[in-house]
Amino acid sequence: MAKVKTLDDLRKMKDELKNKITLREKADDPESLVQIKVSMATCGIASGAKEIMNYFIEELDNQNIDAVVTQTGCMGYCYAEPTIEVTLPGEKPLVFGNVTTPKASEIIEKYIKGGELVDGIIPDSYNTF
Amino acid sequence: MAKFKNHILVCAGTGCRASQCEEIVENLKLALEQNGLNKEVQVVRTGCFGFCEKGPVVKMVPDNTFYVQVTPDDANELVLEHLIKGRKVNRLLYVNPETKEVVSDSKHMGFYKKQIRIALRNCGFINPENIDEYIARDGYSALGKVLVEKTPEEAIKIIKDSGLRGRGGGGFPTGLKWELTLKSKSEQKYVVCNADEGDPGAFMDRSILEGDPHSVLEAMAICGYCIGADTGLVYIRAEYPLAIQRLKIAIEQAREYGLLGKDIFGTGFNFDVEIRYGAGAFVCGEETALIHSMEGLRGEPTVKPPFPSVRGYKEKPTNVNNVETFANIPPIILKGGEWFSSIGTEKSKGTKVFALAGKVNNVGLIEVPMGTTLREVIFDIGGGIKGGKKFKAVQTGGPSGGCLTERHLDIPIDYDNLIASGSMMGSGGMIVMDEDDCMVSMAKFYLEFTVEESCGKCAPCRIGNKRLHEMLEKITLGKALEGDLIKLRNLANVIKDTSLCGLGQTSPNPVLSTMDNFNDEYQAHVKDGKCPAGQCKALMHYIIDSHLCVGCTLCSRVCPVDAISGERKTPHAIDTSVCIKCGACMEKCKFGAISVQ
Amino acid sequence: MEIVKLIIDDKPVVVEKGTTILDAAKTIGVKVPSLCYMKLEDMNFENKPGGCRICVVEVEGRRNLAPACKTECDEGMVVKTHTVRVVNARRTVMELILSDHPAECLTCAKSGECELQTMAQNLGIREIHFKGEQSKYKGDKSPAIIREMDKCIMCRRCETACNDVQTVGVLSAINRGFNAVVAPAFEMDLDHSTCTYCGQCVAVCPTGALTERDYTWKVIEALVDPEKIVIVQTAPAVRAALGESFGMEPGTLVTGKMAAALRKLGFDYVFDTDFAADLTIMEEGAEILDRLGRFLNGDKEVKLPILTSCCPGWVNFLEHHFPEMKDIPSTAKSPQQMFGAIAKSYFAEQLQVPREKLMVVSVMPCLAKKYECTRPEFSVNGDPDVNVSISTRELAQLIRNANLDFKSLPDEEFDNPLGASTGASVIFGTTGGVIEAAVRTAYELFTQKQLEKVDFEELRGMDGIRQATVDFNGLPINIGIAHGLGNARKLLEDIKAGKSTFHAIEIMACPGGCIGGGGQPYHHGDVEILRKRQRAIYQEDAGKPIRKSHENPYIKKLYEEYLGKPLSDKSHELLHTHYFDKKKKVEINH
Repeated sequence: MAKVKTLDDLRKMKDELKNKITLREKADDPESLVQIKVSMATCGIASGAKEIMNYFIEELDNQNIDAVVTQTGCMGYCYAEPTIEVTLPGEKPLVFGNVTTPKASEIIEKYIKGGELVDGIIPDSYNTF
Repeated sequence: MAKFKNHILVCAGTGCRASQCEEIVENLKLALEQNGLNKEVQVVRTGCFGFCEKGPVVKMVPDNTFYVQVTPDDANELVLEHLIKGRKVNRLLYVNPETKEVVSDSKHMGFYKKQIRIALRNCGFINPENIDEYIARDGYSALGKVLVEKTPEEAIKIIKDSGLRGRGGGGFPTGLKWELTLKSKSEQKYVVCNADEGDPGAFMDRSILEGDPHSVLEAMAICGYCIGADTGLVYIRAEYPLAIQRLKIAIEQAREYGLLGKDIFGTGFNFDVEIRYGAGAFVCGEETALIHSMEGLRGEPTVKPPFPSVRGYKEKPTNVNNVETFANIPPIILKGGEWFSSIGTEKSKGTKVFALAGKVNNVGLIEVPMGTTLREVIFDIGGGIKGGKKFKAVQTGGPSGGCLTERHLDIPIDYDNLIASGSMMGSGGMIVMDEDDCMVSMAKFYLEFTVEESCGKCAPCRIGNKRLHEMLEKITLGKALEGDLIKLRNLANVIKDTSLCGLGQTSPNPVLSTMDNFNDEYQAHVKDGKCPAGQCKALMHYIIDSHLCVGCTLCSRVCPVDAISGERKTPHAIDTSVCIKCGACMEKCKFGAISVQ
Repeated sequence: MEIVKLIIDDKPVVVEKGTTILDAAKTIGVKVPSLCYMKLEDMNFENKPGGCRICVVEVEGRRNLAPACKTECDEGMVVKTHTVRVVNARRTVMELILSDHPAECLTCAKSGECELQTMAQNLGIREIHFKGEQSKYKGDKSPAIIREMDKCIMCRRCETACNDVQTVGVLSAINRGFNAVVAPAFEMDLDHSTCTYCGQCVAVCPTGALTERDYTWKVIEALVDPEKIVIVQTAPAVRAALGESFGMEPGTLVTGKMAAALRKLGFDYVFDTDFAADLTIMEEGAEILDRLGRFLNGDKEVKLPILTSCCPGWVNFLEHHFPEMKDIPSTAKSPQQMFGAIAKSYFAEQLQVPREKLMVVSVMPCLAKKYECTRPEFSVNGDPDVNVSISTRELAQLIRNANLDFKSLPDEEFDNPLGASTGASVIFGTTGGVIEAAVRTAYELFTQKQLEKVDFEELRGMDGIRQATVDFNGLPINIGIAHGLGNARKLLEDIKAGKSTFHAIEIMACPGGCIGGGGQPYHHGDVEILRKRQRAIYQEDAGKPIRKSHENPYIKKLYEEYLGKPLSDKSHELLHTHYFDKKKKVEINH
């Protein structure tokens, strides 16, 4: 590692290193961020939930959107896997089913960035804790 | 750089290491590897989370699941269930003992709700052995800001504006101390970090050094710039091997990055830090004794003035601050003095770290804003008294402090309120006592400590504390006379009034405050020969109620010293001159015929 | 000079900045009692640990009481030295100290001289309210000094003497709290340590914790033994101090009364160490001239400066701390040992008795002499040349035992032949005296000229290190003088570093020389007493008809009849010695 020679060096370094701990910082205050829970039970994993989760993590990061992506257990919508739950700050959680990569992209572009509803929402039938 | 989707934070403080956190880390890594997750999930050893009652603690990020009392055997399950299947492992979650409610996110635990973490901001959050994580958390930018943008006077003004006072016990305004050392003219000056934490049960400083060593190094460098010193010395007790190890790593890393050493931030400012080991003498927490110890002399205090800020280490102006004080410095520089002074009470700003111990449910390390009440600390954060017993007293300030009671519970904690109540802040030890604790014995316990730890230089401390202890011993043995309490008080006052250093000037506090607050208990010992809490063995008598005893002989058979006699089926009796008060008979008796008086 | 104004006991006081409350109070006649504090002006001795807390006073605006010995006066300070609060604290602390002190005053060596005892009386302590466990330490009996640390009050004066003044570094506080004690490292006994037995710790100890090894009983045993011929020799400095033990003004010379007292005590021959001091000058002076002559002739084997060797504390210091320099001092024995050697040879032959029949007792201002006479090289077939050495204080004790009214004793003379002495030998008793005596003789022998004036004022005084150049008929001789081992160390370091330009150096272990010896009546911190003793010594010298050693008729006779000449074979056999490397001999006693 190069020496820190100026205050700018330190600032640059900090920006580069930030992602090492952003996950933890975000986790400290998830309510203020976009939260995405990916259902990762057997059925979810089998239908590609892991790829969808990776896609979200990378895409949100690329677009500099502060978000927390976590896995969660079976949501009970096996017919619609992969399913994800998206919570915008201050909003109620919404569950999307049959999420493919293009769908994920649409969710990011329209719902997460614009608040605009998109197809594929599974009606709210339970309360999450 | 690989991007991790999950972080598993494992507490690697001294306490949790003793309960196998290293094995937990190893097993977690193994399980991740077996499941192909080692590229996606990072296991991080952090400093203390504070919730030592339920350690070892493992925290899953980003969903903030807080697992407690984890064993190495649980690692596999955590990986399979939590990470792969996304299901929380319920049996490892914290359960609120009162509501029986399961709490998965630490933020919602009573223990953490009222805490504000400034000094402990990075403890349990970053890997203390990785300077990158510290830098990512704004580390060393306070130093950069001060060196590049501020004069020493301006920086000291920020500290003065913040109202920060020394966290080691004395509560001297930190900014003023820096200013005095700055004004002392000398070619050579020193910054000393006092890490000789000596209060029994206190581990604030150790935890900070273990969990966030860079914050202390950064603050020492800031102090060095402000007072005009190029050398920092950390005086740390050798019994803190983990803190020493992490400090050494931190110093190495900071030197590698050029954040310690020559020409820091290209400003021409030089500063480096050395470690000095102490043998763990309590008196070496006193700054003049500490300095003598570092000079290779006997760890004895000298009369002040001159203060170290004028004549300290090697006769040069020396600024001595404690670990926690230093840990507060970088955030104050970054966020401003006003930010810090907005927290706390009128004369005590910011937060204070306490080591909560004794008869509370949640033993651990906490940081609360000044002004938080003892009730909030003991009942909300501490979760109340263990086993549903009644709160009796709390000792703050360690052996130098005093004992506070029920009527002090709603006093906002700050330096001045504690002193006005007959105790003191000290370095932040807080020991809670319940109805079973005898206050005379408690005072005796602390005196035993000071007798052991006195350096022996001045007569009142060397001999006076010994005599105080002997008088307390007499009281707990039921051998004291009525006049002894007057002598006890006078002696305690004279020791306070005449001792050379802070150790002796405060050592009678536990006696005086318990005499003030629990006079009845002292009287009961002396006049009635009774220990109301039932702790003083010499004052207890086991007796058999002849009406309830059926003569089953169980008690006489279990008595190890044959103190119980009686014919079968006739009431038995205990020979109190033989009885060793072990309590075995009472435990065995099925008829409730045996009691203690 | 910056001044500060303050109020002490309602009286305004003006003092120089930096003055302590204790000293400021003295200026208006207020005596604040103090116990551990001691200052010896110009001796580099100031002990103020602020440890006993007897001198505490009330300072307005201060939370707790302040130690007057250690608290500097501030502008506007208001001090009260004897309020109820202060008196209560003082008495309570005194009771605490006494509660950890054995009440053995009846048999304590220090009784009557004990500062703790005096303070307890002054404070009116009649009862100790705090009884409890007392400190117990093992006793330590060296040949010279006895440590009974149960009686130690941790005033730390001995440490200051041992470390700051003497730089011997044997005594320091070890252990903590109630178990704290001043001791050599690893609690080893003094005879295993590098202690020089200079006795300066004993000289300043306020209690009976450090005292001399008492040999008065041995002296009495010998005196009552009809088979023994008991000979006594008295060192020069004793006569300038002994009177103090009988209430006489410090600096009173009691030479004649002392001789009378010794005779009354039953000593068979009352001789004078001064005689041996003259003999020392003959040998040492000859040695100086011999070495100097060879040095001036370009002999590379010769080492200069030559160092005096009369002081056994200094010899111990050399052997323990500078053994690599053991070839530098003069090989002349100390006067005590020269006396013993001559008494048990020359004088025994005159009496026609075997040497074993003689018992030689020395009265010395010194504790190291007690050790010196036990050195194996100073005995013949197990019979020591000097059997017993007692201190000035022990002699006073013997005189008191015999119920002699010392003050009214008539002046008597010493016996001959070993009692005759010159003024040169008398001044051995103070710093600078040995070298002045040596110069008187060496000058005349070297230049073959009569000295016009025998007083070398430039060699006198109390400065720790002094130097002067004496003109030996055109040849400048550089002379150095050090008293106190800390000062000696400085000169020795210079020699070691090759920076010394002296031809001869006199070293005395005790501040002031023998007048300030560890066996002298206690000065209790009053340095003026040492100055008065010094003046008495020079007064005795001035009053002597003969003031040069080589003119002592009995010395001349001794050489004629017995020794031949200085540095003869006989002289070497009886009057010279050699030194040992004792550095390695320090061992841990476990």
